[in-house]
Amino acid sequence: MTGFDPTLTAARLAMGLLGAGLLVCLIRLIKGPSLPDRVVALDLMAILMVGLMAVDALATGHMLPLRAAVVVALLAFLGTIAFARYLEKRVSR
Amino acid sequence: MRTSIILQTATRFLQPLLLLFSFFLLLVGHNEPGGGFAGGLVAAAALILHALAYGVDSARRTLGVDPRTLIGAGLLVAASSGLGALAAGLPLLTGLWRGGLGTPLLFDAGVYLVVIGGTLLMVFSLMEE
Repeated sequence: MTGFDPTLTAARLAMGLLGAGLLVCLIRLIKGPSLPDRVVALDLMAILMVGLMAVDALATGHMLPLRAAVVVALLAFLGTIAFARYLEKRVSR
Repeated sequence: MRTSIILQTATRFLQPLLLLFSFFLLLVGHNEPGGGFAGGLVAAAALILHALAYGVDSARRTLGVDPRTLIGAGLLVAASSGLGALAAGLPLLTGLWRGGLGTPLLFDAGVYLVVIGGTLLMVFSLMEE
């Protein structure tokens, strides 16, 4: 280690916070009293993971995780819509 | 079936983006993460989004062909990519390159079509229930 690297320190801090957010979301996903709660928790987890990948790309300098982040961001949106459609169907029945 | 104008408008913007990105994944797949399988899944996701927003019938019309035809065509393309090497006197499925293009890209394109066809066949059948 050669001295203080602000980018790396910021990246580590951000990763710790995002990881804590994922943990909290996981608790909501397991406990969530109703199905919509779980769907929202799952969507938030996907978004936090996109953030983790972006921070990882910043910390390592490799831009490949960004590509995966784009795919996850687009597919998480799709998954949430599919869940919403399913919930709508269940309520109207 | 109830439709949402917000989702339909968002789909109009997202669908070309997804298709473009899937094509990008297909092309870079040989040297970097991506490839026919990942690209095919993203392209299928674009059409699934269309099916969610506009209904399965509209998505089928957009696709134009039956998903099963895509599976067959993809298998044919992937298999024929190996025959070029056989004609050149090399073992089957040896990669032949002309500059940046080669038979491995043809194989990837076959995988791409098979994955689109297989995924859409499953999803459309489930959504039509």
